[in-house]
Amino acid sequence: MEIVMIILASILFATAIYNMLQKQFLRIIIGTVLLSHAAHLFLLTMGQLKRGNPPVLVDGVTNYTDPLPQALILTSIVISFGVTSFLLVLAYRTYTLNKTDNMDELRGSKDE
Amino acid sequence: MIYAVFAPLVFAILIPFLSRIKHKIHTGWLILPVPILVFAYFASFLGSNFENQVRSIDWIPSLDISLTFHLDGLSLLFALLITGIGSLVVLYSIFYLDKTERLGHFYTYLYIFMAAMLGVVLSDNVFGLYVFWEFTSLSSFLLIGYWHFKERSRYGAVKSLLITVMGGFSLLAGLILLTIVTGTTSIRGMVDQADVILASPFLPFIMAFLLLGAFTKSAQFPFHIWLPDAMEAPTPVSAYLHSATMVKAGIYLMARFSPIFGGEPSFFMLLSLFGIITLVCGSYMAVRQTDLKAILAYSTISQLGMIMAMLGFGTDVAIFAAVFHILNHATFKGSLFMVAGIVDHETGTRDIRRLGGLMTFMPISATLALFGTFSMAGVPLPFLNGFYSKEMFFDASLQLSGYTGTFVEILATALPYLAVLGSIFTFVYSMYLFFGTFRGTYKEEQLPVKPHEAPFMMLVSPMILVLGVIIIGLVPSIFNDGLLTHAASAVFGSEVTKEISFWHGFIPPLYMSLAVVAIGTLLYVFKSKWERIYSVMPGKFSFNRIYDWAVNQLESASSRITSSYMNGSMRLYMVLLLVAVTGITFFGLWMTNGFNFEVTDVAPVTIHEVLIAIVMAAAAIATIFVRNRLAIIIVVGVVGYGLAILFVLYRAPDLALTQLIVETVTVALFLLCFYHLPNLKKRTESLAHRGVNLFVSLGFGALLLVISLSAYNSRFFDTISGYFTENSYKLGGGDNIVNVILVDFRGLDTLFEVAVLFGAGLGIYSLIRLRKNKGAK
Repeated sequence: MEIVMIILASILFATAIYNMLQKQFLRIIIGTVLLSHAAHLFLLTMGQLKRGNPPVLVDGVTNYTDPLPQALILTSIVISFGVTSFLLVLAYRTYTLNKTDNMDELRGSKDE
Repeated sequence: MIYAVFAPLVFAILIPFLSRIKHKIHTGWLILPVPILVFAYFASFLGSNFENQVRSIDWIPSLDISLTFHLDGLSLLFALLITGIGSLVVLYSIFYLDKTERLGHFYTYLYIFMAAMLGVVLSDNVFGLYVFWEFTSLSSFLLIGYWHFKERSRYGAVKSLLITVMGGFSLLAGLILLTIVTGTTSIRGMVDQADVILASPFLPFIMAFLLLGAFTKSAQFPFHIWLPDAMEAPTPVSAYLHSATMVKAGIYLMARFSPIFGGEPSFFMLLSLFGIITLVCGSYMAVRQTDLKAILAYSTISQLGMIMAMLGFGTDVAIFAAVFHILNHATFKGSLFMVAGIVDHETGTRDIRRLGGLMTFMPISATLALFGTFSMAGVPLPFLNGFYSKEMFFDASLQLSGYTGTFVEILATALPYLAVLGSIFTFVYSMYLFFGTFRGTYKEEQLPVKPHEAPFMMLVSPMILVLGVIIIGLVPSIFNDGLLTHAASAVFGSEVTKEISFWHGFIPPLYMSLAVVAIGTLLYVFKSKWERIYSVMPGKFSFNRIYDWAVNQLESASSRITSSYMNGSMRLYMVLLLVAVTGITFFGLWMTNGFNFEVTDVAPVTIHEVLIAIVMAAAAIATIFVRNRLAIIIVVGVVGYGLAILFVLYRAPDLALTQLIVETVTVALFLLCFYHLPNLKKRTESLAHRGVNLFVSLGFGALLLVISLSAYNSRFFDTISGYFTENSYKLGGGDNIVNVILVDFRGLDTLFEVAVLFGAGLGIYSLIRLRKNKGAK
């Protein structure tokens, strides 16, 4: 199963990068969202899948899934959420100020 | 000794604070005791029973880099010059620089230089030497650019920095090679292994690198061009750095390594050839100059060439003469620079064409200049030290033997003639300098200020130096035993004894001196007749043009190259970064043979998971093709919710919950923003761009695939997760292990995570609320 998940994560990475290479701001944001999804899946898979119970202590159970990747991912989910929302508002703001969402038209002033 | 070296540096730190009260008391007075005390310390080593001293502290022991200070005769001579001239220069500068100048900056730079220069001449560790060496370049740069509002100052500062740092870099390469060859970083250790170095196949490189470092620093032809431009510095700096000390660092380096290379024909040839060319060219060009300081700058270049040539000769006479001339040059040239500064200060100009007849107004300065210039010219009088070393130079140039080879022999034959030629021009510009400034007709209407004698205290420093000229001239023997023989022995490698006396009888060096005086006088008197030669030779050709051209080309080429990839396109940056990351990682994997595709110990494949994976993959790929805003939210949402389901299946309840909430909020945010944003456009980019994008993204995906497959089964360390499972309740008091890790074991991480969220929230808030200008909306 891990192999399937690894392949899925790679596909997500590839599509994320492709989206991030676009000119439109929105697509770049979509790319970053996909990228964080891919990274999370990647982390989880590296900790091995379905080896024991969910990491919540229950009397009599000794075999738990690796809790560490989950803790890392949880942090990461929240942070990528923060980044995504910031980027979205940045896109909104950029568009209202510059009337464009094309990255190639946002290269700054000539005399920079 | 370590304290002595670092004392100026420590005071350099204090100077900015001392300079706050500069309106009450000139900063120079407060710090003048430092170089005097250090001078006194080094002077206490003087005497015929001098023994080498070593002090050492570790710096980077693992790389065998230490601050080892080794005081031998040569170092002592230089240390005395640095602190002695340094004291006089500080005293002089108190009257030269007005209190309104930025004194704090000036003295800080000057004291950094002083410490660095002491470090250069005392370091036994080559890397210590290199660090101090670069510090002298840097402080020289800062001091030349002291009046940074003047364009010429900035130009001169950059020029000196570029040339000397280029040389410094080359020096570093040479020192590294030496370290590799000998296996030691100590200069004394290298001298002990001289035969190893001379037998090494790297010898040509070592020598070339070291010579380049020394030639650039000591302004040897054709790198001399930075020194005249360095004259934009305040005159005390010119007197100190650019005539007495820093420019002699290259000389010092060659002297220091003479015990290794001395006797090597190529060393003799290169040093003598470049030295003598510098001597002749420098003195030839000096006659052409009209600025007092420019004359002195070219004169310094030519004198440095002379010392360099003498080091190249390598005979005991030559080396003694070189060491002697280092001392003499510092005295007479230092005093001349100071007098030039006084003339500039009191008349408002340094242009020799506008000066003249100043003797009646400035009799003391004129007297001092008389001694300085005549000593520089090598006029045979028993109270001028310049004559002694000049005559030894002639003597040494006649005693060249022991070298074979056609070219070497031609050079050895030509050297005495070239030496005389250079000295003739030296004589001419010395006379020109003195008589042009202090004799002749007084041109009052051309002077900005009515000239008068300088304040007495300003004259003290040049007076002391001129006194040095006379004392060395009258009783050279008192310097001989205690200082010069030790210095010469340290350079030569074995004991050097030499009597300095005025009269040797009717021998060739005397005839050479007399010829110099006779022809020089003739040339000076008829200067206007032959001056036109300068428009023929060098004419318009100069190394300055080559330098300017090279700098311009470098600037325009680097700006062209930079703007070719720094073109503001995010996409290009991403592509470059990703290609680099992908390429380098693949290369690394391939080099270390890190591929490992044998994936074992996997969970069983179940059909519903595979289905979810297929859907997610399809949705992810669909994001590329969908152009409808709503549709793209949906497909991204599919990926996110799919991931949440996977989290459920893979026994990660907290992740699933968080992912669901976050996904929902994100989708809501997307919708909110899409309301304001334009619809996704049809892509208009070229096929090539799309191909590159596809290639890069597929390559990166493949890289991750390979890495995860290889990493999955390569576990080099035991998992640390067991610790968390066992101690979750014991230490953290919670059943939910993931939560305990987050808030307890890795609580600080979570704190920073909250900080990131807070930052993002603040950013979002300000982006929405902030208006470009108030009242716009």
